[in-house]
Amino acid sequence: MSSQNGNLLSVRDLRTYFETEDGTVRAVDGISFDLKRGETLGIVGESGSGKSVTNLSVIRLIQSPPGRIVSGEVLFHGEDILSLPAEEVRRIRGKRISMIFQDPMTSLNPFMRISRQLMEITQLHLGHTKEQAYEHAVKMLETVGIPEARARADSYPHEFSGGMRQRVMIAMALSCEPELLIADEPTTALDVTIQAQILELIRKLKEKTGTSVILITHDLGVVAGMTDDIIVMYAGKIFEQAPTRELFAAPGNPYTKALLKSVPDPAHEEGTDLYQIPGLPPDVAHLPPGCPFAPRCFRVEEICRREFPPFVQLNAEHFSLCHFAAEVYAESSAEREAKGGVGR
Amino acid sequence: MSEERTPQVPTEQVPNEEGRPTRAVADSDPALTPRGTPPAPPVRPRAGDEIHAFPETAVGEGDVRVPEGAQVVAGTSLWKDAWKRLLKNRLAVFGMIVVAIIAFASVLGPGIIKRATGFEYDTIPADSNLVRSFPPLTAPDGSFSWTHPMGTDSAGRDILARVLQGGRISLAVGLISTLVSLIIGITWGATAGYLGGKVDDLLMRIVDVLYAIPYMMIVIVLLAFFGGQSPLYQIFLLFAALGAVSWLTMARIVRGQVISLKNQEFVLAARATGVSTPKIIFRHLVPNALGPVIVYATLTIPSVMLSEAFLSFLGLGVQAPYSSWGSLSSEGIQNIAIFPWQLIFPGVTMALTLFSLNFLGDGLRDALDPQMRKF
Amino acid sequence: MFRFIVRRLIVTVPMVLIVITLTWGLIRLAPGNFYSTDKKLPPAIEKNIRAKYGLDQPWYVQYGRMMGNIVRLDFGNSLKYETETVNDILKRTLPVSATLGVLAYLIALVVGILFGTLAALKPNSKLDYVSMALAMLGISLPNFVLGPILVLLFSLSLYWLPPARWNGFPSWNLVLPVLTLSAIYMAYIARLTRAGMLEVLRSDYIRTARAKGLSERQVVMRHALRGGLLPVISFTGPALAILITGTVVVEKIFAMPGLGNYFLNANLNRDEPLIIGIVAFISITVLIFNLLVDIAYAYVDPRIRY
Repeated sequence: MSSQNGNLLSVRDLRTYFETEDGTVRAVDGISFDLKRGETLGIVGESGSGKSVTNLSVIRLIQSPPGRIVSGEVLFHGEDILSLPAEEVRRIRGKRISMIFQDPMTSLNPFMRISRQLMEITQLHLGHTKEQAYEHAVKMLETVGIPEARARADSYPHEFSGGMRQRVMIAMALSCEPELLIADEPTTALDVTIQAQILELIRKLKEKTGTSVILITHDLGVVAGMTDDIIVMYAGKIFEQAPTRELFAAPGNPYTKALLKSVPDPAHEEGTDLYQIPGLPPDVAHLPPGCPFAPRCFRVEEICRREFPPFVQLNAEHFSLCHFAAEVYAESSAEREAKGGVGR
Repeated sequence: MSEERTPQVPTEQVPNEEGRPTRAVADSDPALTPRGTPPAPPVRPRAGDEIHAFPETAVGEGDVRVPEGAQVVAGTSLWKDAWKRLLKNRLAVFGMIVVAIIAFASVLGPGIIKRATGFEYDTIPADSNLVRSFPPLTAPDGSFSWTHPMGTDSAGRDILARVLQGGRISLAVGLISTLVSLIIGITWGATAGYLGGKVDDLLMRIVDVLYAIPYMMIVIVLLAFFGGQSPLYQIFLLFAALGAVSWLTMARIVRGQVISLKNQEFVLAARATGVSTPKIIFRHLVPNALGPVIVYATLTIPSVMLSEAFLSFLGLGVQAPYSSWGSLSSEGIQNIAIFPWQLIFPGVTMALTLFSLNFLGDGLRDALDPQMRKF
Repeated sequence: MFRFIVRRLIVTVPMVLIVITLTWGLIRLAPGNFYSTDKKLPPAIEKNIRAKYGLDQPWYVQYGRMMGNIVRLDFGNSLKYETETVNDILKRTLPVSATLGVLAYLIALVVGILFGTLAALKPNSKLDYVSMALAMLGISLPNFVLGPILVLLFSLSLYWLPPARWNGFPSWNLVLPVLTLSAIYMAYIARLTRAGMLEVLRSDYIRTARAKGLSERQVVMRHALRGGLLPVISFTGPALAILITGTVVVEKIFAMPGLGNYFLNANLNRDEPLIIGIVAFISITVLIFNLLVDIAYAYVDPRIRY
């Protein structure tokens, strides 16, 4: 992990637990990462891996109860968001850090005109007057590619399609030109063709504004072309952390390998079945003593069920949580050599 | 008039799956058990609360959910789980205990009192000096006495015996009218939901129409005009009238359940093997729709009892020599300034019973269907 | 929307007729009538009266005549209060009941929404427990028990408030009956508000609103309240039906000369024209009111299109 200097966001040993009937769920359990200004970080994992909770914790949007940020630091420009007064956090939310949520169908207020929902944010943070805010809203809608933005600004969300609504969400998130944009599965609820458009839009806007982005997804295919670094999460832990190229080329964790295998790749030989990870995501309330992935792992050994794996540093920027990280890494590298060259 | 009370919100069908990459792997939908019981709802985080636990909380997405596959075997333990959840709800347990005590006391109490003190609910003392309303726990000479724990009414009758006797009628009206409403509601709703199409349209439109009618007025007219012939007849009239106006919501609930269930595989299987339509409805659909029905029935009992009390209070319900909590309260009100215990004991007993039944119903709802959040 | 209103109004007419027919049928099928219960008349006079009111005609003629009169909104004279038409009585009694009902509902709205919202904002807090326990009590305690207890407390023991009787609109006499009447609405509305707000407060769009950096107050007032109160709006329709039964009891307890009291007495006296008149009036009111509620719903929720 790099030093704190030059980092927009540093998360240190973040732990967010939920009290449930079933016991304490350690949704996020000791997560650390850094994000540099202008960079894009991908957080990948199955549902329940804690990736969304991580990011909700970053802007303190965890409902409490049942949720609780137990420990950790979230340094934004070196200032710990978790210890700021609520008032200050609100001034950061929407202005300096903004979020796009997964389901555009339910993330917009169905009772409020789109224009008002957009105006609200600049009136609050930029002190816009109604007129300024309205003009800004229309401009933002144009920016995200809503046709006839002025005419449609006064529509209600239900009059927009899913893709359009996600554009509106993006417009809203970028209204105050935030330093950090957290996109939580922004394309999951959308049709495949729309998915590509939305991702392209985020990428373009990011290039234009220089915003840092955290892109949360369960789909490695989504992050491949967009991110600088990737974190792979499983059961509330970071399983692997590496620059994107490196991770795709030489994964150092069996879980990542399994995920990569299950991504449909047009370059792959036709006729082979798509790989599926056996078993189910773990019940986070009742984790086994050893490695949480052990029951599903293809190269599980006895130690995996008994002992929690170490977080192994494979090279300067590549880490993996596995008893056999080095071996897996070596195998991956060898495979890459065999295939002759760098994948992607 | 075809509009539902809550207008339909057009919601787009969106694959709201948050795309679990492992879904395909988990090779099963939350499968149905051999009995066809749908699997238990996923256990959601609860805040460990007692009243009105709304268990599902905004935790990002389903991040804290138990994976669906874990429920594959949970089908048969649906009722066991619900029971466990119910026992965790202190107010529901309190309600259950109170209702049980009051029901037992009503059934057994009058007999015990007769043995202990010689008083039945309609025993008027022979000594005319005792035909007066004595305060609770007071002997005629003003000293302390256990003979009349709730005092006596203006005719010198033991109020405790009368309250317990009244409890029999009140509880019977609650149970039997609810049963009537259950029979009508389930038949109506299941038929509409299962047959669908024009029949459904017609049946539910009738329900809509009936909803909009201020039916209590018609019940008043019915009881005022047909009642008064014999006390027993009046009670039967009450059963019928209250049952006949309480089934509308039940019909809607059952219909909704049936429609959501009828396209599932086990029904198709039953039909494919040549089981007849009524048999499908009553053997397969009704048992599966039971959860919400039980909850709503539990909540119907207190509301019917309240209606009975209301009618008895107006002099249209239970009549002498029978008494119910409503008619006792009605008598008590006449003398409230001088003999407040005549109102307070039957009134409070009834309120406590309704209170407990409501809590029990609420608890059952939370236990049986954590997702169902009506009021 | 306009077409929806017209359509609804058109359906309303036959529904009112159905209700009236049902009531009329019940009255006619029942043994005995006004004259058999009230006073024994010599057969000759009774025959004359029967002829006067057309009671000697076949039922369908009577029915037709009654319906004809009702369509002209003429319900005839009361049998009991012979000098007054039913319309007179409605005019005299409606203000009493309406005053009670409207005041009770307004108070219930304010108190219910306030406590329901506060409870939803802090679920499982003391305030939540206490207000929800009180709400449950409000639903469970019959108003004819609550009313006398309030009288016992505030009039007969503390001498703060007059116990009964109608004394015009702004009057201390209204306090106890209005409180008694509004208790159950307060309870329902508080529970509905709490449930509605809880559901909305954990919805995605509230998370969005929070992510925008709005203060908790802005989130609640601007974003949550509207959706959270939808169930309260839909409850307003059924509320009117409960109100009607409620006024019957409250007017009886507090000796108020309102519609409910007259309706009850009309039934006990078998005063057919008065019963029919009040049933018709209330049915029309309820149906129109339900229509207004649906319109209000569509106004609040832009997704609803009729």
